[in-house]
Amino acid sequence: MFGRLTFEALPHDPIVLGGAISMGVVGIIVIALLFYLKRWKWLYKEWLTSLDPKKIGVMYIIVAVLMLLRGAADAGMMRVQQALSSGEASGFLASDHFQQIFTAHGTIMIFFVAMGLMFGLINLVLPLQIGSRDVAFPFLNSVSFWLFVAGMMLVNTALVIGEFAAAGWLAYPPLSGIEYSPGVGVDYWIWALQIAGIGSLLSGINFLVTILKMRAPGMTLMRMPVFTWTVMGSMILVIFAFPILTATLAMLSIDRTLGMHFFTSDFGGNPMMYINLIWAWGHPEVYILILPAFGVFSEVVATFSRKPLFGYKSMVWAIAAITFLSYIVWLHHFFTMGAGGNVNAFFGIMTMIIAIPTGVKVFNWLFTMYQGRIRFTSPMIWFLGFVVTFTLGGMTGVLLAVPAIDFQVHNSLFLVAHFHNMVIGGVVFGYMAGITYWFPKIFGFKLHEQLGKYAAYCWMIGFLVAFVPLYILGFMGATRRLDHYEASTGWQGLFVVAGLGVAIIGLGIVLQITQFIVSIRQRKQNLDTTGDPWNGRTLEWSVPSPAPFYNFATLPAINSRDAFWKTKFYKKSHEKPAYTSFKLPKNSPFGLMIAGFAFAAGFGIVWHIWWLAALALVGAITCFIIRSLDEEPEYTVSASEIAKLDAGTRS
Amino acid sequence: MNFAKWSKRVNKKYRLIISVALLVGLIAICAAFFATADIDILQPQGTIANQQRDLLVIVTLLMLIVVIPVYILTFAIAWKYRASNTKAKYSPNLTGNRKAEAVWWGIPMVIIAILAIITWQTSHSLDPFKELSSEKQPIKIQVVALQWKWLFIYPEHDIATVNHVEFPEKTPINFVITSDAPMNSFWIPSLGGQVYAMAGMSTKLHLMADTAGTYKGSSANISGEGFSDMRFVARSSTSEGFEDWVQKTKQSNDKLSVDEYEKLLQKSRNNAVKYYSSVDNGLYDTIIMKYIAPAKTDQKAKVQDQNHTEGMSH
Amino acid sequence: MKYIEDSKTTLGFWIYLMTDCVLFASLFATFAVLRNNTFGGPGGNELFSLPFVLLETLILLISSFVCGLAVVSARKQQKDRVIRLLVATVVLGLMFIGLEINEFRELAAEGNDWQRSAFLSSFFTLVGTHGLHICLGLLWASFLIVRLSTSKLTGTTVKRLFLFSLFWHFLDIVWIFIFTIVYLMGALS
Repeated sequence: MFGRLTFEALPHDPIVLGGAISMGVVGIIVIALLFYLKRWKWLYKEWLTSLDPKKIGVMYIIVAVLMLLRGAADAGMMRVQQALSSGEASGFLASDHFQQIFTAHGTIMIFFVAMGLMFGLINLVLPLQIGSRDVAFPFLNSVSFWLFVAGMMLVNTALVIGEFAAAGWLAYPPLSGIEYSPGVGVDYWIWALQIAGIGSLLSGINFLVTILKMRAPGMTLMRMPVFTWTVMGSMILVIFAFPILTATLAMLSIDRTLGMHFFTSDFGGNPMMYINLIWAWGHPEVYILILPAFGVFSEVVATFSRKPLFGYKSMVWAIAAITFLSYIVWLHHFFTMGAGGNVNAFFGIMTMIIAIPTGVKVFNWLFTMYQGRIRFTSPMIWFLGFVVTFTLGGMTGVLLAVPAIDFQVHNSLFLVAHFHNMVIGGVVFGYMAGITYWFPKIFGFKLHEQLGKYAAYCWMIGFLVAFVPLYILGFMGATRRLDHYEASTGWQGLFVVAGLGVAIIGLGIVLQITQFIVSIRQRKQNLDTTGDPWNGRTLEWSVPSPAPFYNFATLPAINSRDAFWKTKFYKKSHEKPAYTSFKLPKNSPFGLMIAGFAFAAGFGIVWHIWWLAALALVGAITCFIIRSLDEEPEYTVSASEIAKLDAGTRS
Repeated sequence: MNFAKWSKRVNKKYRLIISVALLVGLIAICAAFFATADIDILQPQGTIANQQRDLLVIVTLLMLIVVIPVYILTFAIAWKYRASNTKAKYSPNLTGNRKAEAVWWGIPMVIIAILAIITWQTSHSLDPFKELSSEKQPIKIQVVALQWKWLFIYPEHDIATVNHVEFPEKTPINFVITSDAPMNSFWIPSLGGQVYAMAGMSTKLHLMADTAGTYKGSSANISGEGFSDMRFVARSSTSEGFEDWVQKTKQSNDKLSVDEYEKLLQKSRNNAVKYYSSVDNGLYDTIIMKYIAPAKTDQKAKVQDQNHTEGMSH
Repeated sequence: MKYIEDSKTTLGFWIYLMTDCVLFASLFATFAVLRNNTFGGPGGNELFSLPFVLLETLILLISSFVCGLAVVSARKQQKDRVIRLLVATVVLGLMFIGLEINEFRELAAEGNDWQRSAFLSSFFTLVGTHGLHICLGLLWASFLIVRLSTSKLTGTTVKRLFLFSLFWHFLDIVWIFIFTIVYLMGALS
């Protein structure tokens, strides 16, 4: 009746139990607060069933930040373990537990923190930047978000019921096959990613159609803000890459559940095929994450240098080049699998070529600053930290791209340092800058500047202290994912230093949480009264802060790049704007419900509770059908209503 | 003088002294570390590792051509054009400059072109599958990744070892590598790069040690719970030393029969070094074949069954 | 009456079909790599009957043609004709699925199920995924039939019928590739 689920699945390890209990306690506190403050209706109406992309964006970012805390806790545990476990000492984590921790760390950081921050920012900013009131498919947008949450819930459920995968964040077979990983861990991993992945794919389609079909009149492609261009490149990557992940996870899943032989070592299976497929997705994935971060920096640098972005056309070509090239480099993740000199060389050279457009972007940013008037607000501090760290990471990337060098450093801590360099220095710094930059647009007040700067410094210094030792350790022959090592290697000192670095990053996170709390308390002092707190250049700054639910009272007419900036030099027109009525989507509970069924289906498949999985699947499809029967999914905002609302915000 | 002003001035001086002291201390620690640490990849002991280290240096230098100007430019531009510096020129309508862009599209293209040529050459010259040229006769060693130890079979000497591989210096070693376990990666950083060890397949690695010495070896791809135990000793000895070692191994009471191999297949951690004085004929090929062709005898089924039961009892 | 031209939904659906294309491409690539990994068991040349597959192909092609006629009739507001043509599409689709299930059952009964070898795993998965898409299409078509039978031929319904026909034609094209790469090349190897 319950498949292979028994009481054995509940945690007995004290650390896991501690983690599970704290999650439970936090959950109970939140639910209790909602009852006490009688805010259930408000939560349901204003947030859970909302199809407003601004609300969905905020929810994405909240979930991503929560998962950042979990991922960072995992990182902390890993660092402590490796700092302790030299020679006879075995640290405080059993090997299997350590392996689940780093698998969870990688999976959470990529799929739920980075992707969450990215989709969150896109939801918040994209419609505003292109002069639109919404995305192309608002209901699908909600489905995407809630599927993301369902995947996240599966990962966290694995902590409490059963175990998580212990085969690394990409779970290579044969280790992840049923023979070597017979437990539920890999199945949890598969279905969390499968469900969240479908959400991402739907978002890719959604945002691409939004950009292609919903730009304000007059906004040609070459007048779009660069952030929008990067989102377009990223979403094209999503569309072509995520189906590969879907297919590959499905094949691994039926290998494990139905006894198929795609990736088994025997019966003709070929684990190398999995590695090719997963990286054919995996490499575009990292460019999916970094492109919008580059877009953020383009906006931030131009605004705070009070100059237009240098070399707009070049930037667009660079984005296109990076998008295209990212499909033809995937083999550099496994030069050591023995493809031979010709194949290795081709992929190595293709990989290096990506450094060219990336370098062009860096120079264009620097020359945007050149002969500008630079204000060093915290987003600019994040940018400077990015230039310093990302350039280092790019250099080590080119080193890794040379197959002969890669043979020495593949899967060592050198590799680990490189990709953290790119993801932290590039993706995280970019999205932190973006959140700080666009925060006032969404909430109506700025974040506390000084705390933000201190947090940025902690992240930068912490990053260097944590990862430069890892580069050195890689050169010393230290493999990744080790839970103990011999004392004669001399590695311990560097692991201790790295642990210190992670503590400094932790301090940075604490400062950010403090910044958030202090900013809310001090919001009256930091109010954004004009809608344009930074003297910005793009359309999102032309609406009041916080942005009204309809974004624009009247859709703007565009006749240049940096559309908003140009209007600052026109004489203010005193005519009343010509308001017209428009439609907006009504709330819908079906996104939440479909995801609930998806979670149940995933849980059912993991534990072989087939009736639950079948019923949940039927439930999800039924929700979809009921939703499609809805004849009136939208409501109208009349011209007079909008005139009143607009007058209200202007006063 | 005002006490507040004085204490401020003194504090400033102390701050400078402390900062400089910290910086000097940091540099001293780093220097001491680099002077004494075993940095295998930068202190190569083998032909391949030597070439890889040189390649590393060349590629790094080529990239510094771009990286150093980027760092300098970043801080120079950020400093000079800070908003409070009203003397600096402000060009609010500067949107591009064809010549400048040609420079930073062009110079990186040239550098990458040079790197591409280097990459093409070295991907072939340092391909692990490529045999090393030498007058000395190469020694053949078969490597099998198990859970969680390394098995080394010497087909030309009819001996085998666990977690210890020995070979003569200045002699090309032809490793052939497979796995009877999940994917692993065979790596001796002091001597050269790694190659994946995969079941049902045989990869190759060609290395040569410059001198006698003892080196670390490990697996560089996670293969299960005991993965951290996949360490082995790689020792290169003089030719006489090697012959002595072979003779000593042939004195061992342990023999690597089919039954003994089956015992090795069982999962075990922290395995001590073992020496076998003889090896079942064609063992390496048998190990590979069982993944490629269906079971012909009960024995093979027995081996597979054992794997399954081991997997279930977690 | 003009049918509602909803360029956003149409574009979105085309892009979704592209993603489905990439999904099938991954399965095709895997099939290509594993096609000869029969682990001592039978390969395509022993297992596939071309006449049988030709029958399946004809049925699917005809159903696609009929579906196209349904869209033309919808644009001409001929509701009853649309329903009849859609029913014919579904019937043909069901025949296709029936034949395919039969083929799978026979293979399994001979001991050539998907656990036998990597080749068979990838065969069953590639062809089975296509079959699953067909089933979802049949569900969709049935739904459209019910809708049409119980209410007017609105612009929204015409649009949805058009999108269904895109999906159905797409599956036809995928089948052509399956027919060629899996069955034809397999039988002739």
